Amino acid sequence: MHIVYPAVVSALLFSIGVYGVLARRNTILVLMSVELMLNAVNLNLVAFDVWLRDRLHGGQVLTLFVIVIAAAEVGIGLAIVLAVYRTRRTVDLDSLTTLTDPPGYPTTEEADDPQGPTPTPQAARKPPPTDAPSQTGQAPPQRGGSEALTERDGGDAPNPGDPGEATIQGGADGTTIHGGGATGTRGASRSGRPTP
Amino acid sequence: MNEAVPSYLSPTGQEIVFLLLGAVAVGSALLVVTTKQLVHAALWLVVSFGALAGCYLVLTAEFVAWVQVLIYVGAVVALLLFGIMLTRAPIGRSPGLDSGNRVVAAIVAVATAAVLVTVVIDGFRTAYADLTPGRGTAGELGSSIFRNWVLPFEALSVLLLAALVGAIVLSRTDIRGR
Repeated sequence: MHIVYPAVVSALLFSIGVYGVLARRNTILVLMSVELMLNAVNLNLVAFDVWLRDRLHGGQVLTLFVIVIAAAEVGIGLAIVLAVYRTRRTVDLDSLTTLTDPPGYPTTEEADDPQGPTPTPQAARKPPPTDAPSQTGQAPPQRGGSEALTERDGGDAPNPGDPGEATIQGGADGTTIHGGGATGTRGASRSGRPTP
Repeated sequence: MNEAVPSYLSPTGQEIVFLLLGAVAVGSALLVVTTKQLVHAALWLVVSFGALAGCYLVLTAEFVAWVQVLIYVGAVVALLLFGIMLTRAPIGRSPGLDSGNRVVAAIVAVATAAVLVTVVIDGFRTAYADLTPGRGTAGELGSSIFRNWVLPFEALSVLLLAALVGAIVLSRTDIRGR
């Protein structure tokens, strides 16, 4: 068999995977595209192992190793995706913008959160000086924020002067400051979500 | 290895079968990255991986083919379907699966494909491999793994254990941050 055939097939699969990683918004679809790229590499490995007649079977053994690593990667990746979904109520990559530059935040917040109290610009602009501490201490405030969210689930109408609201606004920069495209899905899924 | 390369114009039966399977794999991979329905993307991924397993079979790598069927088609796609289910993805057509940079992504992907395909064709035009069955059986690969590749194998099993523990810790909700 001409080696060009498997090599071309794997090149095409790899570029399809590149397109999927760049163009998709759902995190699980991005994971699928990564799997496509890994499979392209596997096809190359097998084809060149057959061509070179490796006595150690290096290509095929490495293919098995890549398959195992891909399984581990999917497991970890899905666990991370589920953790993100638990805290953010979305797996949309375009709305996970916690790590973007802060100056864009106040405008998106005001545009997307009409009924809540508008966050103070000082609070929104806080992250850059305390960048490293807020990164390390990211988990506890977010967890506080999500607890506040579940408390709001119990009550029917959020009061703007509520202490729970204040907890949300002040407690987590990350929870309140993500893109507002998520707010729709948040509200929609929150109504049907069983309270833990 | 490049003595007496057969012509491209008279493909053997193996090459025809391989090209058909490769066309199925590439086509279903295209559907994976372009379909509007999440669950259909996972199911097209099954088709793509199955066709790739057929490609491995044609290339006489039978053990890799069965491992591909077992792990990719069986486990990985089931995991992805679980992920789709647990993130409450919309079943049915959902418009928001593609981001705004689709055009740029398509340009980058076409450029990648062009570069890779031209380089590969230019580099391996004269490469030809005789397919002799029996080189990829479980016995051959097993003795190779446990004679020559024992240390990577053991390291990989430790890595898999660590990954599983990490996945459990990440997905349990009753383990607090600190």
